[in-house]
Amino acid sequence: MAKLLEVKDLVTNFYTYEGVVKALDEVNLEIEEGKTLGLVGETGCGKSVTALSILRLIQPPGKIEGGKIYFRPDGKSSKKSSYLDLLEQSEAFMRKVRGDEISMIFQEPSSALNPVYSINDQISESFLLHRRRELSESVVREIEEKVDKADSILKKIVYKMKRGTYRKMLVDENSFLLKFLSGIPVVSSYNGWLKKSAKKETIEILKKLGVPHPQKLVDRYPHELSGGMQQRIVIAMALACHPKLLIADEPTSNLDVTIQAQILDLIRKSRKDLGTSVLFITHDLGVVAEMCDRVAVMYAGSVCEISEVKELFKNSLHPYTKALINAIPKPGGKGKLKSIKGTVPNLINPPSGCRFHPRCPNQMKICRQIKPELTRVENNHLVACHLFTGQR
Amino acid sequence: MNMNILVEVRKLKKYYAIQGGVFKKRIGDIKAVDGVNLKIRKGECLGLVGESGCGKTTLGKTILRLLKPTKGHIYFDISEEIKQEVEKLEESTDSNSQKLQELERTHDLSNFEGKRLKKLRRRMQIVFQDPSSSLNPRMLIKDIVGEPLTVHGLAKGLEKRERVINLLQRVGLSEDHLFRYPHEFSGGQRQRIAIARALATNPDFLILDEPTSALDVSVQAQILNLLQELQSDFGLTYLFITHHLLVVEYISHRIAVMYLGRIVELADTKELFENPMHPYTQALLSAIPIPDPEVRSHRTILKGDVPSPIDPPSGCVFHTRCSSAAKECEERMPDLVSFGDEHYVACYRMNHK
Amino acid sequence: MELGVKAWKEFKRRMEPRLKEVKFSLSRVRKSPLSLAGLFLILLFVSIAIAAPYLASPKHRYEPYRIPRDGYSATPRPPSRTHLFGTTEGQYDIYYGVIWGTRTSFRIGFTVVGSILIIGIILGSLSGYYGGVVDEIIMRTVDTFMSLPTLILAMALVSALGHNLDNVMKALIIVGWPPYARLIRGDILRVREEDYVEAARALGCSDFTIIFKHVLPNAIYPLLVMASLDVGAMVLTAAALSFLGLGAPIGYADWGQMISFARNWIVGPPGNPLAYWYAVTIPGLFILFFVLGWNLLGDAFRDILDPKLRRR
Ligand SMILES: Nc1ncnc2c1ncn2[C@@H]1O[C@H](COP(=O)(O)OP(=O)(O)OP(=O)(O)O)[C@@H](O)[C@H]1O
Ligand SMILES: Nc1ncnc2c1ncn2[C@@H]1O[C@H](COP(=O)(O)OP(=O)(O)OP(=O)(O)O)[C@@H](O)[C@H]1O
Ligand code: SF4
Ligand SMILES: [Mg+2]
Ligand SMILES: [Mg+2]
Repeated sequence: MAKLLEVKDLVTNFYTYEGVVKALDEVNLEIEEGKTLGLVGETGCGKSVTALSILRLIQPPGKIEGGKIYFRPDGKSSKKSSYLDLLEQSEAFMRKVRGDEISMIFQEPSSALNPVYSINDQISESFLLHRRRELSESVVREIEEKVDKADSILKKIVYKMKRGTYRKMLVDENSFLLKFLSGIPVVSSYNGWLKKSAKKETIEILKKLGVPHPQKLVDRYPHELSGGMQQRIVIAMALACHPKLLIADEPTSNLDVTIQAQILDLIRKSRKDLGTSVLFITHDLGVVAEMCDRVAVMYAGSVCEISEVKELFKNSLHPYTKALINAIPKPGGKGKLKSIKGTVPNLINPPSGCRFHPRCPNQMKICRQIKPELTRVENNHLVACHLFTGQR
Repeated sequence: MNMNILVEVRKLKKYYAIQGGVFKKRIGDIKAVDGVNLKIRKGECLGLVGESGCGKTTLGKTILRLLKPTKGHIYFDISEEIKQEVEKLEESTDSNSQKLQELERTHDLSNFEGKRLKKLRRRMQIVFQDPSSSLNPRMLIKDIVGEPLTVHGLAKGLEKRERVINLLQRVGLSEDHLFRYPHEFSGGQRQRIAIARALATNPDFLILDEPTSALDVSVQAQILNLLQELQSDFGLTYLFITHHLLVVEYISHRIAVMYLGRIVELADTKELFENPMHPYTQALLSAIPIPDPEVRSHRTILKGDVPSPIDPPSGCVFHTRCSSAAKECEERMPDLVSFGDEHYVACYRMNHK
Repeated sequence: MELGVKAWKEFKRRMEPRLKEVKFSLSRVRKSPLSLAGLFLILLFVSIAIAAPYLASPKHRYEPYRIPRDGYSATPRPPSRTHLFGTTEGQYDIYYGVIWGTRTSFRIGFTVVGSILIIGIILGSLSGYYGGVVDEIIMRTVDTFMSLPTLILAMALVSALGHNLDNVMKALIIVGWPPYARLIRGDILRVREEDYVEAARALGCSDFTIIFKHVLPNAIYPLLVMASLDVGAMVLTAAALSFLGLGAPIGYADWGQMISFARNWIVGPPGNPLAYWYAVTIPGLFILFFVLGWNLLGDAFRDILDPKLRRR
């Protein structure tokens, strides 16, 4: 399988009053085409920051300080289809990538939806932003049919003019003429066709996502919908442009189990239909077990273990992963839960060496001095722990 | 049964008024708790599970009398005879109404006010879900934990300080934390402080309203273990509210499942997980993501959302989402009926079996 | 000795979190030069007010606020050795007037804002905490007051009560409290829903304790910020009233009145429009810097006090 995204030694810091928050300390990840990678870890370990760094959405006082993010675009936003380092691309290029090639779902659906626009407006927007050309194509086709059928000459002329503009759009979607036209009140109504066809697409995608009564739903506003329905709309927005990578940042953490089951089902299905890769961020190991092919476990700003899901639950190697799995209540399991002693470290003054060492039951002298590298232990199982790096 | 009942609610209802219009007229009700019967035994941990908005918190707060119930009785440590007498008197309508009123005034928590209420407050406490908002950000830890002692006049000065330190140590904090503000603590530590505050008056009964929902799994394990220890050390009775089924399975002796303001199933933990009878419970259990990739369970995915409590469905409130709903279900609300061995279910489908 | 060390350590441990808070606040103020400027201005005015008898010794022993005059001519006279800032219409000494006027301004500002705070807090708390009918009555009163133009209402009140400084202050208090009541009510409604208030109720705290210990301390800070901004604003309004002839008695050391004296002398004779610049500029600058100082200080307070701006 080909890699879609590879994050190498990503470092992100936040410069705050209290000091430098070393939020990401050489994060390494890989996502293969069509696969789902789970990213688990406790609060504040840097899951969201990783996701935002990949999209280059880190706001000041944060700063991406180093590393590489290789991504292979689809050829939609660039002619080349080889790996590009996202950190070296222009901001304009990133704007195209966001939403078109990589899109993101957040934990809080209501914050991703604009309360003053209808559902249709919001989903259509991403079509109108990234899919102008395809939309124009279908509009041209539609107009062509109408031109043939048109009964009066006047109508014919109007249609032909419109066809002209849309063809122009096909050639160059950002042409000056079009921008000029859309500035003139009556003429700008040529956009109406485009919007209509975007709405059609919107209804189509909602139907695909199994949303009941999409025709009625598109004209409603976010606050009229329940949390679960809102999250579905957000997913529809994210999937509208068939991105190659979907980053889902705790998409179900605020939802009820029965609604969560619906949403997870939805993501699972659309992932299969569209062949989208997913970076699934969560703190719920249960959800990981259900959704992911591979899992990366994060602790205090770095990835400490990556492996296939089954392998991870059966044969976890890193002491933190083991402790984490032992700390969750399992069905039917009685007896005492094993908690991890101590607390998550402050990332302003993180522990030296392995950041887990103050809480680790197996810590050795070297753990305090040298940060363990992510090492391949078995075929597809990587661990960052001195127990396995061979250094002792 | 021989069990000692510590807390009992009978036909409890709590409606929130929806006000509208210029004159704030009551234009409707949110039926947050709609006819709940529940007995909590001394020394047990009763889990209360259900989806968001089904009325768990409202039920908890009403039992504590942070909210005034719309209707129904709440008994705290009252003998069975009195409860039955009230019931009898109520059924025989106006005959002995003076006596009924007297009984209700002195025994029914839902009618308590002022001193009487305050006295009971010592014996029941609550721990909230969000530890960042349940501690006053402008008070020092020593004042937060010491406040209940002052309010009830239990200790003063050095003695109070001693007791606060003891409490802090009991929940795994230390004397060093006395002079700090809540924001200097992590979520887990704040929850410990909230627990210490709740324990300060030596209560018998503790309502835990999603005490671990805002916490990380490793911290959740610490808190759950702490709660279990405290329960056995102090002989506490818990009402453990949560929507996390695996947590409730871990900590509770019995579980009550709530849906849209009503209890739909109540059983022993083991029994409930092995033999769920209500279709809602079954769907709920099958929706739990299981942290083991080997068991990919067959799941029943419920259709649609929880209906609004303003205008709940007629009959069985679950019938709009139930796959085996019959005509009967739309017409009348089924009662909570026992199906052997203390397993109560409110579903017509069960009656026919 | 031993005991002293121990006590000191205990003291240090107690104070540490507070010290940290203070340090943090100071660092935020230090980072904004404007706040520092505000602080400087206000300190300057405070020193002027305190040192007034030394800066300008009163001529009338028992009426220090009466501005000494040097003749009765209407035309202002420019700064000179005897009149540092010159004299204004009626030969009132400008220097004396602005120095003692500082005291008047502080008195107006503090009395008015202090009273407004107390009234606003009491009515707003009652309204927010109890709701229902109480809330309805208080809030409708507030609405009524706030729908009338402040300055005109104040003018009407002063005219009705009689022209003097005390009445100006009374009028300002009457027109000033409604926004405070409304603001604190809103904050109390917000805080009332917080879990710690619910927890306090579950502990059996009385309403009084809950309001004063749990609700107010968490709701009052935006109000204090507003109050510090308003000290300046109230002085400005009082000056406006004085300027319109509704304020202090003639000859009383008050900035507004100093400007009202200069009303006819803002523009000089043809050919020399700036001839009497001192008459209006000097008291004007005093008012300007006083109001500016409080505004900047208000922003600094916001930085220090607003818990929302403190991350963590
Ligand atoms: N804007 C910011 N300013 C300062 N520090 C920040 C900022 N955003 C994140 N951090 C820090 O970066 C670290 C990682 O945060 P991040 O949000 O990625 O955690 P997370 O793993 O997503 O946690 P959660 O499960 O709570 O969402 C945290 O220690 C946090 O304090
Ligand atoms: N103060 C209130 N005023 C009006 N309605 C309320 C109030 N508090 C709760 N409700 C409504 O009552 C219903 C039950 O709410 P409650 O908070 O008890 O649910 P819950 O089961 O605790 O949910 P969650 O799991 O989200 O905490 C909800 O529909 C809610 O909107
Ligand atoms: S590197 Fe050392 S401290 Fe870190 S997890 Fe491995 S054994 Fe523990
Ligand atoms: Mg996050
Ligand atoms: Mg709740």
